[in-house]
Amino acid sequence: MTARRISPGGWIGAIALLALAILLADAAIHAAAAQASLFQGPRGAPAPPATGLVGWLLQKQSEFYRQMSATIRAAKSDGSAVWTLVGISFAYGVFHAAGPGHGKAVISSYLIANQETARRGVALSFAAAMLQALVAVLLVGVGRLVFNVAAATMCDAERALEIGSYGLIALVGAALVWTKGRALLDAARHWRAPHDHHDHHDHHDHHDHHDHHHDHHHDHHHHHDAHHGHAHGPLPDELAGPGGWRRGLGAIVAAGLRPCSGAILVLVFAFAQTLYAAGIAATFAMGLGTGLTVATIAFVAVRAKGLAHRLLAHRSGFGALALRLMECAAGALVLLFGIALLSGYLVAERATCF
Amino acid sequence: MPRPSIGPLVLIAALAAPPASAHPHVFISAGAELLYRDDGAILGLRYTWTFDDMFSAYALQGVEQKTRGAYTRSELDHLAKLNVDALAEFRYFTFARSADEPAAANAPFAEPRDYYFDYIDGSLVLHFTLPFAAAMRARSMLVEIYDPTYFVAMVLEDTDPVRLVGAPAACAISLHRPADGPATARALGEAAFAGNANAGLGHMFANTLTVTCP
Repeated sequence: MTARRISPGGWIGAIALLALAILLADAAIHAAAAQASLFQGPRGAPAPPATGLVGWLLQKQSEFYRQMSATIRAAKSDGSAVWTLVGISFAYGVFHAAGPGHGKAVISSYLIANQETARRGVALSFAAAMLQALVAVLLVGVGRLVFNVAAATMCDAERALEIGSYGLIALVGAALVWTKGRALLDAARHWRAPHDHHDHHDHHDHHDHHDHHHDHHHDHHHHHDAHHGHAHGPLPDELAGPGGWRRGLGAIVAAGLRPCSGAILVLVFAFAQTLYAAGIAATFAMGLGTGLTVATIAFVAVRAKGLAHRLLAHRSGFGALALRLMECAAGALVLLFGIALLSGYLVAERATCF
Repeated sequence: MPRPSIGPLVLIAALAAPPASAHPHVFISAGAELLYRDDGAILGLRYTWTFDDMFSAYALQGVEQKTRGAYTRSELDHLAKLNVDALAEFRYFTFARSADEPAAANAPFAEPRDYYFDYIDGSLVLHFTLPFAAAMRARSMLVEIYDPTYFVAMVLEDTDPVRLVGAPAACAISLHRPADGPATARALGEAAFAGNANAGLGHMFANTLTVTCP
C-alpha cells in the first residue's frame, strides 16, 4: 500500500478508540466500586449513584432486566404493553452487550486480525447478534413447545451450546494465529531484507542459472514476485485472502452460538404466559440492541486498524512487521479467550441453571 | 500521534472488565432461622427462599401438574431435590464461620434436610434446613449470604428476615444488608478475615449477620 494522508475519518476513529479505551480502563478500575452501588433494595431503597461507565451500564441493564419481567406480566392483560416490552428489550440488549461478554471481544479481535472493511465489521456484528437471538428462540421453542423438556435438560442444552461456542472461538483463534503467524514470519524475514539484499540477488542469479538448466521458469517468476511485493511492504489485501461471507462465518457462529441467559429467561417467561409472539419479538429486539453495541465497537476496531495500517504501511519493512505482529496478537487473543473460556479460567455469564 | 498498538489496547481494556460484573439474573428473597441446641451450640439454618417469577417459570419447565397454574408439594418433590443438590456446589450461598478467631474457615454443611417447594403467586418457595457438619460453638458467629458470582441476587426479606430459634436469651443479631453501605461489621469482617477464600465480586452484595452471645 502506498503512503496516504490520514483521512478525517481515520482520526475520528483513533480519537473515538482512545476515548473508548480510556473509558473502559477507567471502568475496569471503578468496576468494584460501581458494583456496590448497583444493588436495588427490595424496599425501594434508593440506589446510590453508580460510579464509572461500567457502573452506569450495569445499573441500566439491571433496571431494564427487571422491567422486562414486569412488562411481560403487564402484557398478559394489556396488549399494548408488548410494544413497551420490545422497546425495553432493545434497550436491554444495547446495555447488556456493552457489559462483559465474549461476543464483542471475539468479533473485534477477529476484525483487527483480518483486513476487513467497516461495513463488513458491522454486518458481522449484527449477524452474530441475530444468530444469538435465533438460537435462543429455537432452543426455547423446540425444547419447550415440541419436547416439553425439563429445566435441567434445557440447561444441559445451554451448556452444550456454550462449550461449542467456546470451542469455536478457540478454533477461530487457532486459525488466525496459524495464518497470521505465517504472515508475521514472512514479514520478519523481510525485515532483515536490507542486510540480505545482496545475498538474495546472488540467490536469484543462482536460481536463474538453475532455471536455465531445468527450465523452471514458473518458479523463478514466483520468487521474483514475492520479492517485489516485499520490497514495497506486503499487501495486506493479498494476505487477507479471498472475500465473501464464508470467511466471517466462523467468527459469527463462534460469537453467536451461545444464547444469553437473559433472553432465555425472558422467552420462557413469555411462553409460560402464552405470549409467544411477544417473547420472540422481545428476543429479536434484544438481538438488535446487542448488534448495535457490538457493531459500534467493531466499527471503532476496524477504523483503528485502518488507521494503524495507514500510519505503518508506507514504512516498508518495519510497518509490515508491526502490522503483522498486531494481527497475530489479535488472533492469539481470540485463541487465548477460547481456551480461557473452555477451561473455566474466564467465566462468562452463567447458564441459567444452578 | 496515536501509537499503532492502540487496537490491541482497546481489546485488553475490554477484556479487563470483570466478567462477574454481569447483572443478576435470579432474585431470591430469603428468610433465615438460626437453630440452637439447648447447650447454646449452633446446629444450622432453616431457610425460606422465594424465587422471582421469571426464574420460577424457567425452573418449572416440564413439571407435570394436575391443575393448570397450580403445583402441589408432591408434584414439586423431584424439583426440590434437584435444586437442593445443585445448590451444594454453590455452598447454598451461605458462608458461616466463627468470628472469635481471625482466620476461621467457613464451616462445612451436612446434607440439607426437610426440603420442599411451595408454589405461591407464580413463585417457587424453597424451604430447607441446612445443618452444619458439626454443631458450631462461637461466642460471635458471622454468616454471609450471597452469590460470589452475583448471578443470583440474595435479598433478605423486608421484615424480620433473621430469627434465632432456641438461642440463649442474651444473644443479639446485627444485620447488614448490602444497601446499608460500608457496614462497620463487614469492614471489620474483611479486615479480620483477610485471606479467607470468600473472594468474588458478589461479596460486595453480601448480607452479613453477626450473632453475638456473651
